[in-house]
Amino acid sequence: MVKKIKNLKEFSLSNDRFEGANLMCPGCSHNIIVREVLNATDDPVIVATATGCLEVCTAVYPKTSWDVSWIHIGFENAAVAAATVSAAYEVMKKKGKLPPATQKMVEEGREPKIVAFAGDGGTYDIGFQSLSGAFERGHNFMYVCLDNEVYANTGGQRSSSTPIGASTTTSPAGSVSYGEKMMKKSMVEIMADHGAPYVAQVSPSKWKDLVKKVQKGFEVYGPVYINAQSACTTEWKHAPEDTIEVSDLGVESCVWPLYEIINERDEHGIIYSTKLNITYRPKNKIPVEEYLAAQPRFRHLFKPENRHIIDLWQKAVDARWEYLQRREEAGV
Amino acid sequence: MAKKYELNEIEVWDGNMAAAHALRQAQVDIVAAYPITPSTPIVQNYSKFLADGYVDGEFIMVESEHSAMSGCVAASAAGVRAATATSSQGFALMAEVLYQASGMRLPIVLTVVNRALAAPLNVNGDHSDMYLGRDAGWINLCSYNPQEAYDLTLMAFKIGEDLNVRLPVMVHQDGFICSHTAQNVRPLQDEEAHEFVGEYKPVNTMLDVANPVTHGVQTEEDWHFEHKARQHNDLMNSFGTIKKIFNEFKERTGRTYDLVYTYKMDDADVAIFALGTTVESARIAADKMREKGVKAGVVSLRVFRPFPFKEVAEALSNVKAVAAMDRSAPGGTFGALFNEISAAMLAHGKSPIVLNYIYGLGGRDTTIDMLKGVYEDLDKCAKAGEAVVPMQQFLGLRGPKLSFY
Repeated sequence: MVKKIKNLKEFSLSNDRFEGANLMCPGCSHNIIVREVLNATDDPVIVATATGCLEVCTAVYPKTSWDVSWIHIGFENAAVAAATVSAAYEVMKKKGKLPPATQKMVEEGREPKIVAFAGDGGTYDIGFQSLSGAFERGHNFMYVCLDNEVYANTGGQRSSSTPIGASTTTSPAGSVSYGEKMMKKSMVEIMADHGAPYVAQVSPSKWKDLVKKVQKGFEVYGPVYINAQSACTTEWKHAPEDTIEVSDLGVESCVWPLYEIINERDEHGIIYSTKLNITYRPKNKIPVEEYLAAQPRFRHLFKPENRHIIDLWQKAVDARWEYLQRREEAGV
Repeated sequence: MAKKYELNEIEVWDGNMAAAHALRQAQVDIVAAYPITPSTPIVQNYSKFLADGYVDGEFIMVESEHSAMSGCVAASAAGVRAATATSSQGFALMAEVLYQASGMRLPIVLTVVNRALAAPLNVNGDHSDMYLGRDAGWINLCSYNPQEAYDLTLMAFKIGEDLNVRLPVMVHQDGFICSHTAQNVRPLQDEEAHEFVGEYKPVNTMLDVANPVTHGVQTEEDWHFEHKARQHNDLMNSFGTIKKIFNEFKERTGRTYDLVYTYKMDDADVAIFALGTTVESARIAADKMREKGVKAGVVSLRVFRPFPFKEVAEALSNVKAVAAMDRSAPGGTFGALFNEISAAMLAHGKSPIVLNYIYGLGGRDTTIDMLKGVYEDLDKCAKAGEAVVPMQQFLGLRGPKLSFY
């Protein structure tokens, strides 16, 4: 059942299943996103986590930050872990062998929500095979990518989510380099094209939008992909207190557009309608430059010899925004 | 409820079919698998059982062996009985997750149809994959024919799930020689098999919403050592449970299983020590050598991990020379069996001559004549009281003879 949420204060106090006072960096978006996701429902949640900051900072034996069932196997298998827990749940439900408390919950018409959390490395790169497989097979779970556009846990190496021009430890800006050379992968569309019933991009700065999408995702049957912008104080190099502001600059500049893709499917999984909705439209779309200027990882782009990368950014963001609007208008 | 599968007293099954029936009778809840030669028919047979209503769990045809084992780990942590099958490259792709399974103390059963590791690519049987996974913290059981593959797979669930053990179990069988050769197998009827294996009683199940659990934590230097030591301790002490379950199985079926499996060793001067289907050929070779007056015997292992050092030392305590037959490329040292047999003998103050034969790689046929040749080498050494042949030799290799030490 969908949890009713009145205001941010009440919302933030309603969760006691993830301890925010953990080993994560001050200002880390991961904490905010995880709390927002777990807070979106009152139903029990079961979590699988890929290797990454979230995992190493929240489950260091003999302590754990999780008051929900939680598993970590490896870097590349959060999706298959969540998918198989979901399959195990369904097998036991069918066999009538669920643990008593779980059985009682099912009789009350509630279902546990099974969620995988992984970073962009574990999603866009090393975990992509397992993610793609789990989505193709149609398991009933939600996959949340905490996208900080870098391998933050291993010291800030580039991933295939790292945007062009970012300086990382393996794509450093230098006297002859402006940093990362490749554009970011379009993960949201890639996952929607797997035929998932619900796919969305969110930012913790627009918390109501995020929670609403997570709730929508929890209500559908099948694999759900949520791409969550996760500003990283360590690698984006902004001040901890600026996390939400930096995130918001991404949204207001349309670098991080908020939208969802809904694939309406029949009982055989045949998709009869695909709809893209932009869920937040900035009143005054700000220049990309403002977003870049707020993050020292892009500082070198403001040198005269690299200004053309900022122009490239603006061009790419405008083109993408145009694409999303056209798709929305066309209803596809 | 799954349909009962009517079985004859004697079925003609190959090793793959035998393993598939054992998984079916254990009523595994989740089989997550990715097909690979020569173990493919296990998951094919299992799929057919499912399609015909003989299984009421779920078969998840995942996109890789890495995901197959990851799926088994998650399913097992969720609190259900999980199993899979693999070979060779697929086993190698699982390697990372094999350690996760044992470190998380999850009683998954993995049927390994042994096959060579590339390169060069080769689909046939040897023990490269078994050796690759030997230190992954799993119990490793070795079967030599379809009957044993069936019996040991049933026993594997009971062993791994025992609360004193709580470890994953691999059941090995030789690629093609065992997996694809039909033989008479005496199965248990479904009820009897399931009664023997028993209901899975999981601990710390993720599906219990009233009692959330954390699986797969990180440990730092202050705890990692204790975790691994405890895991090793329980693996080393699993002999007791393994023997207990071998006995229970014997009471039910009359079929005897021991940690170490000997043939004509009471008065043997020389012995071949091998794993897998070669053991049967070695027995025939031993008989032929005995006709010539050589007191030959055969020793093989039923349990490769934990390694039964004491029983191995006892089995070899009176021999003058033993050949450790390693069916895997040695990779810059003596073969694994050679090293372990030598260690076992040293630890028990015995010093027979130990020779190392590398044989049968990539499915190369190993004939009874070749094994007779091994006994002849052993006999020469035994009579001379020292290694008068090279300590490491390649058996049946074309071209110039290769030997070391």
